[in-house]
Amino acid sequence: MNALLAIARTEARLGFRNSWVLLSTVILTLFAVLLVLLGSGASGQVDAPLLSVSIASLSTLSVYLIPLIALLLSFDAIAGEIDRGTLQLVLATPIPRWQLLAGKFLGHLAVLSIAIIVSSGIAAALAIALDDQGGAQPLGDLAALTATSILLGAVFIAIGYVASASVRQTGTAAALAVGIWLAAVVLYDLALLGGLLASGEGVFARSVFPWLLLVNPADAFRLFNMSATDASLAQAGLGSVSGSPLAQGAWVLASPVAWTLAAILFAVVLLRRVRP
Amino acid sequence: MEGQHAMNASVDIRSVSKSFGAVHALDQVSLSVAPGETLALLGHNGAGKTTLFRILLGFIAPDGGEAQIGGLEAGSRQARRMISYLPENVAFPKTLTGREVVELYAALKGVAKSEAGQALEKVGLGEAASRCCGTYSKGMRQRLGLAQAIVGSPGILLLDEPTSGLDPLSRQDFYQLIADLAGRGTAVLLSSHGLSELEARASRVAILRKGKLVADGPLGNLQRDARLPTRIRVKTAPADVETLHREFGGRRINGASVEVTCDPDEKMAILAAIHQRPGAIADIELIPPSLDEVYRHYSACEPGKEVRS
Repeated sequence: MNALLAIARTEARLGFRNSWVLLSTVILTLFAVLLVLLGSGASGQVDAPLLSVSIASLSTLSVYLIPLIALLLSFDAIAGEIDRGTLQLVLATPIPRWQLLAGKFLGHLAVLSIAIIVSSGIAAALAIALDDQGGAQPLGDLAALTATSILLGAVFIAIGYVASASVRQTGTAAALAVGIWLAAVVLYDLALLGGLLASGEGVFARSVFPWLLLVNPADAFRLFNMSATDASLAQAGLGSVSGSPLAQGAWVLASPVAWTLAAILFAVVLLRRVRP
Repeated sequence: MEGQHAMNASVDIRSVSKSFGAVHALDQVSLSVAPGETLALLGHNGAGKTTLFRILLGFIAPDGGEAQIGGLEAGSRQARRMISYLPENVAFPKTLTGREVVELYAALKGVAKSEAGQALEKVGLGEAASRCCGTYSKGMRQRLGLAQAIVGSPGILLLDEPTSGLDPLSRQDFYQLIADLAGRGTAVLLSSHGLSELEARASRVAILRKGKLVADGPLGNLQRDARLPTRIRVKTAPADVETLHREFGGRRINGASVEVTCDPDEKMAILAAIHQRPGAIADIELIPPSLDEVYRHYSACEPGKEVRS
């Protein structure tokens, strides 16, 4: 267990030294602050606290940005170490390979969590400060968004390891990671939208579409945060999905949790086959 | 000798073979390294040294034969607890300090953190320990690699070309450090490109040639068994060179010397004959075969002509 924690500590340390923490915090904060400011301009028309409006737009932003940052953090984890010749030395020590991967996961997740927590904290503080309506602030929704953002990051960190452990060159792993991001976050939704438009009010829209949304961890994240915030539902006009029992409650999050576990397990299997 | 080694051997390789496609990287290689022994594994690039190391670390499995570490299967977690490795091109994350690197490997090996400082002192990196290892020179990186290898005094050290990139002085320090560890019972298996680099520091030398073990024994035995000619260089008055050359053969050098080449056994007889002949002898120089010549003899000799001492 000491070995696992030593790997985690080292990865987190490298995250700070290589400016990963700084860079991802700055990017996330920049976009979040921008969204809050945009929301504050329109908040006169919406009868909701500015924070609620901001949470809705933040969750949409997070779906794109967080998987990207997570993949960028993790695609290098195995292939990069093979490339640089550092993996041989680590695998010669008694640490079991699953602990190596679990340690890296903890370290990378810590790096990403810091970025997410800091950026959503700053954005929330700004939204509360700019809110002129007063009243109760949806702090619970904020906590839920932050926690699920970290979970969304965990999914794509783990998927990045699968990419990294299945090839030997960092370049190939990077290309694979970008492909995964495009497919999961952009193309998947486009395809679903196309299907929805084509089938109209048919079987697809009623019984297949919600499940397909759920299968994609990024969409599951979106579903959860939208059903949590009514304002966001109204804004996004996705009321039909939230009306179905699928979108109710936290069990939507079973999808990203399952994806994380499955991806880590698969990456361990792949790592065991690596011959350094 | 051999039997005694086999009894408490730390590293035991029995008839190990490994092929990559049509290439026989290792062909029926048997070797052992006992506690406290330093075995130097020599061979050209591609002779099979690194393949043997990868088998001992469990990275790849042999096609045939057995590789054991302290009686346990090579690559098992228990076996890896006994072994420490220094790869040929050692690399570390550039933004970690020397101390952080060694502390990380101490943790991976289950060794107390406090031992990291001692290891760094031993390799002479005590003062540079708090600097990022990206700023280190090649020699310092190599010494950092050695520090992570010796942290926690492992039972077995596997060192792949450990002295490459070291200046002669650091090389001496390196062999002193290895001798100290061996003195306390560590079995050391190190690979090298040539015999002359070893500076006669290894207790035993094994030579691989195209995956076959062609020599295994103490350096002295290898030198003797190679039966390479000794050269006797006799310096005499210019007038005498002609008669000397006629009597003993060999070749003339500079008009004042004659160089006679002979088998090790004939050496004394020839020396006596030179001594007894009339005429002034200014100087006699004996040139035994160099380590490089001995190495070339084994690494270039016919396959199958196995030499064991």
